[in-house]
Amino acid sequence: MPKTLYEKLWEAHEVVQRNDGTYLLYIDRHLIHEVTSPQAFEGLRIAKRQPWRISANIATPDHNVPTTNRTEGLEGITDSVAKLQVTTLDDNCKQHGITQFDILDKRQGIVHVIGPEQGVTLPGMTIVCGDSHTSTHGALASLAMGIGTSEVEHVLATQCLVASKLKNMKICIEGELVKGVTPKDVTLAVIAKIGTDGGTGYAIEYCGKVIEDMTVEGRMTVCNMAIEAGARAGLVAFDNKTFEYVKNRPFSPKEEELIQAELQWRELHSDEDAIFEKRIDIDGSLLKPQVSWGTSPEMVIDVDGLIPEATSESMSHALKYMGLESGTKLADIKLDQIFIGSCTNSRIEDLRSAAEIVKGKKISGDIKRAIVVPGSGLVAQAAMKEGLDKVFEDAGFEWRAPGCSMCLAMNPDQLGDGEHCASTSNRNFEGRQGYGGRTHLVSPATAAAAAIAGSFVDVRNLEK
Amino acid sequence: MTLKNNYNFHIGTMAPLSRDHVDTDQIIPKQFLKSIKKSGFGPNLFDGWRYEDEGFPEQDPKERVLNKDFVLNQKKFQGATVLISRQNFGCGSSREHAVWSLMDFGFKVVIAESFADIFYNNCFKNGLLPIQLENIKMKELFKLAEENQSIQVDLVEQKIYSGDNVISAFEIDPFRKESILEGLDEIGSSLKFSENITEFEENRRKDSPWIFRS
Repeated sequence: MPKTLYEKLWEAHEVVQRNDGTYLLYIDRHLIHEVTSPQAFEGLRIAKRQPWRISANIATPDHNVPTTNRTEGLEGITDSVAKLQVTTLDDNCKQHGITQFDILDKRQGIVHVIGPEQGVTLPGMTIVCGDSHTSTHGALASLAMGIGTSEVEHVLATQCLVASKLKNMKICIEGELVKGVTPKDVTLAVIAKIGTDGGTGYAIEYCGKVIEDMTVEGRMTVCNMAIEAGARAGLVAFDNKTFEYVKNRPFSPKEEELIQAELQWRELHSDEDAIFEKRIDIDGSLLKPQVSWGTSPEMVIDVDGLIPEATSESMSHALKYMGLESGTKLADIKLDQIFIGSCTNSRIEDLRSAAEIVKGKKISGDIKRAIVVPGSGLVAQAAMKEGLDKVFEDAGFEWRAPGCSMCLAMNPDQLGDGEHCASTSNRNFEGRQGYGGRTHLVSPATAAAAAIAGSFVDVRNLEK
Repeated sequence: MTLKNNYNFHIGTMAPLSRDHVDTDQIIPKQFLKSIKKSGFGPNLFDGWRYEDEGFPEQDPKERVLNKDFVLNQKKFQGATVLISRQNFGCGSSREHAVWSLMDFGFKVVIAESFADIFYNNCFKNGLLPIQLENIKMKELFKLAEENQSIQVDLVEQKIYSGDNVISAFEIDPFRKESILEGLDEIGSSLKFSENITEFEENRRKDSPWIFRS
């Protein structure tokens, strides 16, 4: 019987069916960060349980860490509550012997950036993390899902997740993207089309020529926001690009094992006649740069579009919160801050794409602050080697240290009340980037262009 | 043992939150996630909507300015233990703090037109009962909520009553139902399969040894 990629991954990890009808699904890799793990470790201690397989776990602090004064390590965290969370992760990792890239480690970074970067997350694996954007790793043809803290504890204790099978959805994006239209625009356009609950209960496999042509980092951006379409998992089939990306990473298989692994990985695609319960088709060549206008990631329009009329209570509420009126052009919104970073868009290709637009220019005098937060210490290192940090700084951007930063603003990087921000992050929820802050989700290229202009511009026109 | 709420029957009044896509950032804003505990989140449930001023950890809620219009601050909804809402409730982040906040505040049941996956799943791990009902039934509940009528939620029968009248039956997976009825220790019951897990793991180690390198 033909199978989808999701079904292949599921079946390869099915341990046993429990008496209640659910399955124990074996978890190959568990990523841990400071925010959703302390209560799980505490649960283990109370029940006097030990982690099942220490080597399955890799930890790093990312949500809370400041993006300045990082050479001071823990001392650089001025918020004592945040500091306690980071030191609690240190203590838990030390106590159990879990590998951690700590605040001073040059490999530290956003958990979803460092996983693929280190070869810690690989094709064919099941990967979980107490973070909904774990869907990112599905770009490597792995089954990667966000979980809650109770599940973090369960995975630590049993190396398994209690799970029921998801349904299969195929999103086919054919054609060729116009220059200036990026993976971020693709993933935003998908959410705008199917809605933030369109993928609820499904694993989404992205395919079609646009995805085949896309780099592996671009596919990560697409899968990262599968959860914004309601899907716990996003997937892309394994191909030569995946292979080139994953080999030669610190944790990836070497020599004989790499040959053995490749044989298995080559099977990681949906069979020709596999059945998907839902299929969505998108013509990629028609896509334009996307900008979110509201407080839900489905409230997205083309960069040359107008703020829509409210047709629901949620939309009127969003317009009010965002301080916008229907019929306004995006270009007429005055921007206050620019954020380039997050697990969606903080990899080297993202930084290059923004730097290309910024190079030799200055940010608009209307922009109060523009920051670039690389996804990991190694991304920062690579960018600095190419001189990207100087490109950004010469233009007036601040070049920061790695972490989640203003994506969710748990650290000091925040928007002020009423400020509009062009942000390469993944959620435009009320207050997400700071109390009263107004987020517009965009690609790194659009964010960079907006920094220079002080308002939204169509990057397709810049490049002519 | 993980202690969880368990019950088979609940009676209470409703607080109506008439919005689609209530996300976990609204349920409990990020500044409160720095806690390393599972308790104490109640005063900051829906913080951005509930108060006029900006919330920070370790504030005294009595010192803060309430948004009088917000449902949880309206006199007639005080003491409500059932939260009712619209589509895609609990979307966004995987933070289980959202469930802990609702429970810490006093909610036992959340009824909505639909739920986001991770939130729905997190509810059962703690004994908060999420019930999904179709739009027409939700309309009826919203009406009853405005009249401040209490409802009875019978988990065994899978029915919601207002007085003696059945408002609606509801669907729930048997294993999820059991987890609320019994308040089971899920890890304990999974560990009964330790031998299966070990056997699976050994085979996987043979087939894909690179996964087990560190």
